[in-house]
This record gives sequence, C-alpha cells and structure tokens, in this order.
Amino acid sequence: MVLAAAAADTDPMISVENVTKRYGEKVAVDDLSFEVKPGIVTGFLGPNGAGKSTTMRLILGLDAPTAGNVTIDERHYAELPAPLHEVGAMLEARAIHTGRSAYNHLLALAQTHGIGRRRVQEVIELVGLQDVARKRVGGFSLGMGQRLGVAAALLGDPRVLILDEPANGLDPEGILWIRTLLKRLAKDGRTVFLSSHLMAEMAQTAEHLVVIGRGKLIADTSVEDFVQRASGSAAVRVVSPQATALRDALAAQDARVDSVERGVLEVHGLTGQAIGEIALAENIVLAELTPLQLSLEQAFMRLTGETVEYHTATAESSDDPSSMEVAA
Amino acid sequence: MSAIKAPPSGAADNSPSATIETTVRPVPGTRGHVTQLRVIRSEWTKLWSLRSTRWTLLVAVLGMAGLGPLIASIQMNRWNQMGPGDRLHFNPINTGLGGYHFAQLAIGVLGVLVLTGEYSTGQIRSSFMAVPKRLPVLWAKAGTFAAVTFVLMLISGLVAFLASQGILTQHHVQTTLGHAPALRALIGSALYLAVLAVFCTSLGAIVRNTAGGIALFAGLLFVLPGLAAILPTSTQNAINPYLPSNAGTTILAGTHEAHTLSAWGGFGLFCGYTAIVLIVAAVLMRRRDA
Repeated sequence: MVLAAAAADTDPMISVENVTKRYGEKVAVDDLSFEVKPGIVTGFLGPNGAGKSTTMRLILGLDAPTAGNVTIDERHYAELPAPLHEVGAMLEARAIHTGRSAYNHLLALAQTHGIGRRRVQEVIELVGLQDVARKRVGGFSLGMGQRLGVAAALLGDPRVLILDEPANGLDPEGILWIRTLLKRLAKDGRTVFLSSHLMAEMAQTAEHLVVIGRGKLIADTSVEDFVQRASGSAAVRVVSPQATALRDALAAQDARVDSVERGVLEVHGLTGQAIGEIALAENIVLAELTPLQLSLEQAFMRLTGETVEYHTATAESSDDPSSMEVAA
Repeated sequence: MSAIKAPPSGAADNSPSATIETTVRPVPGTRGHVTQLRVIRSEWTKLWSLRSTRWTLLVAVLGMAGLGPLIASIQMNRWNQMGPGDRLHFNPINTGLGGYHFAQLAIGVLGVLVLTGEYSTGQIRSSFMAVPKRLPVLWAKAGTFAAVTFVLMLISGLVAFLASQGILTQHHVQTTLGHAPALRALIGSALYLAVLAVFCTSLGAIVRNTAGGIALFAGLLFVLPGLAAILPTSTQNAINPYLPSNAGTTILAGTHEAHTLSAWGGFGLFCGYTAIVLIVAAVLMRRRDA
C-alpha cells in the first residue's frame, strides 16, 4: 500500500477532462479540466453559481456529463465496488430524508457496505451529534445538518473526501471544528477536495486551488502562488504604539508601508505572520494585526487579469448579485 | 506536502494527538463491497425507520383485518331484510377479504412514497452515492416493500377471513379455507397487494414527485374503471377486463364474473403491466441525473 501511495503521488486522484454539462440551454460547466492530487487539500473556489456543485455531482456520478470524462483513481464513480470506502462526500444541498433519525440515516448508508453499527456510533461521536442522534433530522439546524453530512462522508473511512461548502451554516466554533478536522484528515494522508465561495476560508485549509467562474477554469494553482499574486496589493493592517520603528523595520524587508493614521500602518507585500515575526525580532509591540482580505471578486480580477471573457461574463451577470458575492 | 502515508486502510491510527479520531479500527471482513443483499438490508432499515411508513402499514393492516368482519356483521344483522338478489350475490370470500379495497389505497400511496420521499428530500443523492449502480436500490426498495406487504396482508387477510367466517355462521353462509377458491383468494389478495406495491414503487421512480405519483396511481387504478363504465356496454366489455385493477383483482374474486379474465390470467396480465412499469422505471433511473 505504501508503494501504491508513492506511485499515486504523480497520478491524479480525481481527474476532470474536458467536461461540459448542459441543463437544457444553460451551460453549467464549460469544457472544464483539472486534476486533484492525492494526499493534499485542494480548494475548489468560485462564486455562487460558478458550477462547483455541478462539478462535484459529476465527479460523484449523480449527474452525467454532456461531454468529457470524470474519473476517480482512473475509474468512473459508478464502477467503484465500494464507493463509500473510496470517496466520502458531503453535498451542499441536503441529501437526507427529514423523517429519519441521524442514527438510522447513517445506519442505512453503512449497511450498503456492510459497515457495522460500531462505526456508525463512532462517526456520530466524532461529529458531536450523540445527544441528538435518535432525533429526526427534520428538526436539525443547518449546522447539525452539516455535521451529519460530515459523519456520512467519514462513514466508510475513505481515502478521498469531497465536501461542498462544509463551513456553511456553522457557527465560529463549528468552523474551527471543521478546519481542525480537515487538517487532521489531510494529515492522515487523505485527498480532500473542498469547495467554498469564501477565499479567506480556503486560504486557511487548502494547499492547492482550482478556481472556476461561469463553469470555466480560471486558475489551477498552489495557494502560495495564489496568495502571492492576490496579495500583491492586499494589505495587512497593523496597529502598534511603536509604528515608526515598525515602519522602518518593515521597509527594510522591501515591504511597502502606508501610514493610515497615527499608529496605524497598511503593509503591502508581507503576510501577517511575516510582520509578526519581524516585530518580534525587533521587540516591537503589536496591538493589532489584521489581514485586509480581498473580496473574491477582487481576487478574480487579479487572477484573471485582463481576461476579457470573464469581464464580459461579469457584466452580463450584473443582474445576479450572488455571482458578485464577496468574502466576509 | 510530501507526508503522504499509505491510504488509511483501517490500520489503527498511531498519531499521538488523536483528539479527532477519523480512522476505522478494523473489524475483519467488514471492508466490503456493495452487494444486493446489503442494499436490501439498508432498504429494510430505511423502510421501518420512517414514522409515515409504520403508520401507513398499520392503517393497511387494520383495514385489511378489520373491514371484512365489520362488513360480515352488517350483512348478518341485515340478512333477514335482504332480498333474494342480494342473497344470491352474497359471497363469503368477497365479504371476508373486502378489506383489500381499503388496503390497496394505503399500499399504493406508500409504494409511491418509497421513492418520491427520497427525491423530494434529496435523500436519493445519498442513496446513489452509496450505491452508484442505482438499480440495486430500485430492486431492493420494490422487493422489500413487496415482501413486507405480502406477509402483512397475508396475515391480516387470514385474520379477516377467519373472523368473518365465524360471524357468517349466524346464518350458515360461511365458507372455509378448505374450499379451493377461498384459499386462492386469500393468498391472491396478498399477492395482488404485493405486486401493487412494486407497481406503485415503479410509478414513484418514474414520476419522482409525490403528488404526481399518487395522482397517477389513483388515475390508473380507480379513475380508469370509472371512465370505462360510461362507455357503451360492448366497448366496456372489451376494455374492462384489461384495466390494471380489474385484471389484478381477478385472483381474489370469490366467483368468476362475466367479462373478466380468469383468476390467474388476469393476475398474470397485472404482473405484466407491473413488469413494464418496473423496466421503464429502471431505464429512467439509470439514465436521469439525480
């Protein structure tokens, strides 16, 4: 298995090749190609309505592509003899009968693969639903629903996890939980493919990014590259009683520093962490260190540059406010 | 970035900070494939874990077991006032198993719901992610529901039959299961309702919408005979025997009526209709997006 894993390092885990999906006249996914590499967290980024959920449904064999090919480990999803052991998925839309209890929902899924009741109990505890496991799912909050979705995805202890907007509807504690969980899963050597329309959320968890807009690929890049490119003008707001000293120290590191007001700096070209480290080295007290996040819209502009296609597409979609949604 | 371990194949997680435990502690032989038997087990759990299923099945059982004896007691109370025509047409088998009229409504509606309930809630996506070949889900749903229907309806039919015959002894018009048509009708009523369960599950899979599925079921089973009844008698006689409900219920009729198919011939035709609907459902389930 170790050898297989080493070999798999070069082979994509999920492969999307020239995939197009049309629903009647509407093109949801347009000649999209990308690969998800094994063993890392790949973020799938795009505004609402960009085709992320459709792409995930195509990967999971729920929808058939109009053209192109989608494979997991070189097989179509439908050809997997034990899909829950290979791929765990949580879709954005609820995929649970509201009349059934969380326990019975998971049990019914487990039984298709001969997974025992003990594992069902395990995943319920893992996501912290033990107190409500026997209650009907219809009464669950959005956050509890998300936790149940994660439990279902983990049921078969899969190598690949596909999660559509897992942080949706979670409170801050829940978001921290999902972030910790995802890092843990990645550390286990699992392939994680994770969608979000929030860039900031993605930067926290993903190593690699696939960015789409209007069904087309915009970027397929490492998070480092993405952050570097996007943070070219993104600033970090720093408040310090020793602003002047900090300013000099940062300028010495080739950062562009603007004084916004007394004691407040906007630093370009350095990450918050780098600024913190510099301040520590110089014994400078920091009162506040806030990355000024780019909106997704701005990030797209930055990434796509003068890609006329996308600009016209944005203009066309001006009646659709959701496509302009920005990061919180 | 390069810390790629072997895919966690159930090996115990030795990581020291196991605050979040995600891996399975291995139980030998559980890392199995999807099999038809396992999907049936899953559908069995799904069937019984919904309150609506349990209530509807209870209603079907009470209807099947209770209505026959109720009708029998009404008939016995009124026996002395009944005219010769009524007495001539009186049939102890039809009386005892009369509850099927009611039970078929409950079974039909529940059959439609077995699949449309999954489509309306999105559950079908979970089901198809676990069983991406999809058809095992259809076979398992139709099969389990039909088997449950058969067993429950056979038992409640037997209760209804025996209780009714007990009541009919008042005027000595009872029959026994030793009488071949009575035994056939009893088993036939359970068979008819079981096949109806498959018929309606398939309708649900085709329509994927609860209201539409129930309308289609009621239309085919209850409205068509009503429409046929307004046609000229000769046309009626040509069409009536082949309507799904008329064909299906020949097997549970106490006596063979004019312009109906034979008991097994009619039931066979109903099975044929069901097979067609089931095949259409299977083809559509494979081809359509979930």
